[in-house]
Amino acid sequence: MRAPFFEFGAFGDQGAIIAALVIGVAFGWFLERSGMGSARKLSGQFYLTDLTVFKMMFSAILTAMLGAFWLGRIGVLDLSRVYVPETFLAPQLVGGLVFGAGFAIGGLCPGTSCVAAASGRGDGLALMSGMFSGVLLTGLVFDPLQRFYVSTARGSLTLPQLLHLPYGVVVAGVVCIAIVGFRVAEAVEARFSNALGRQ
Amino acid sequence: MSRLDTRRPAPYANPYLAGVGLGLVLLAAFVVMGRGLGASGAFTSTAAGTTVMMSPAKAQSSALFAGYVNADGGAWTDWLIFEIIGVTIGGAASAWLAGRFRFEIERGPHISRVGRLVAAFGGGGIMGLGAVLARGCTSGQALTGGALLSVGSWLFMIGAFAVAYVVAPAVKRAWL
Repeated sequence: MRAPFFEFGAFGDQGAIIAALVIGVAFGWFLERSGMGSARKLSGQFYLTDLTVFKMMFSAILTAMLGAFWLGRIGVLDLSRVYVPETFLAPQLVGGLVFGAGFAIGGLCPGTSCVAAASGRGDGLALMSGMFSGVLLTGLVFDPLQRFYVSTARGSLTLPQLLHLPYGVVVAGVVCIAIVGFRVAEAVEARFSNALGRQ
Repeated sequence: MSRLDTRRPAPYANPYLAGVGLGLVLLAAFVVMGRGLGASGAFTSTAAGTTVMMSPAKAQSSALFAGYVNADGGAWTDWLIFEIIGVTIGGAASAWLAGRFRFEIERGPHISRVGRLVAAFGGGGIMGLGAVLARGCTSGQALTGGALLSVGSWLFMIGAFAVAYVVAPAVKRAWL
């Protein structure tokens, strides 16, 4: 059977809902296991005292990136049927800048706020309420933003296309950068957590 | 702090191993569904669904919400809503089994409870605007688009972390 299974009709909409629940449970499980439901631990990333966010995110990106690449290469996964988030340069850059400010102030991101709330934390629930209010308000006053929102569209542009390099070369490059990043992260973390008298 | 659970909390997992686990979940989403993970999209669907219950005309007049409302099955059947319900179940189960479930407001030593709740709500509101503009958040853009090497996703990720480092010193007292 060829993957993606849903795309090739292996199951219908009800199956997709069950898959969403199962995948979601596993997603929440690993976020909580690594401490990402704790705003104090997560915020350590921004003060260089605890780089779990970087280590975990990049381990996850490497795993999924390598898995998708190799499953595509051996013909199990049809990558043309996997949805690649489309690129809109200006709104995504500006959105990222705005998002980063909220991330530092709130100490959790939208996904981890759900995990924080689910593990009993009131600050997680407050962040979820803020996120909901922000999205609702943005949606209600969306008209003036609409033109900017659809500007600088580049379709499903990927780094290999942008750099005119083979897919495998970019994958290998990201792996190399991440490995260097992990070594730097360990050194930085050791230095800054000691400086604050914490181990 | 109210302690429902009196066991000592278990230490957190190795971040690299947990990251590989999370990466396998993301890969499973690609293989099973042909799409990645997400979080902010569930908030947008819920906001669109709420708006259509209050005023269908208002929902249709928002180009953002109309897309969700007019999708097959409407805003409430968005895949990400079910995924996020799963996230809360998985997060709660993991916390409970590790003895980490606590009713508390997590905060640094120099910020009041109310101060922390206001910062969380405000930070969430700002992220709401950012995630709408960027068409996703740390899950849908950074993780999913990052693994699929989307240019816009990497732009989002670099921009978000760069600004977080600029803003963090200003809100340092909330944490350290």
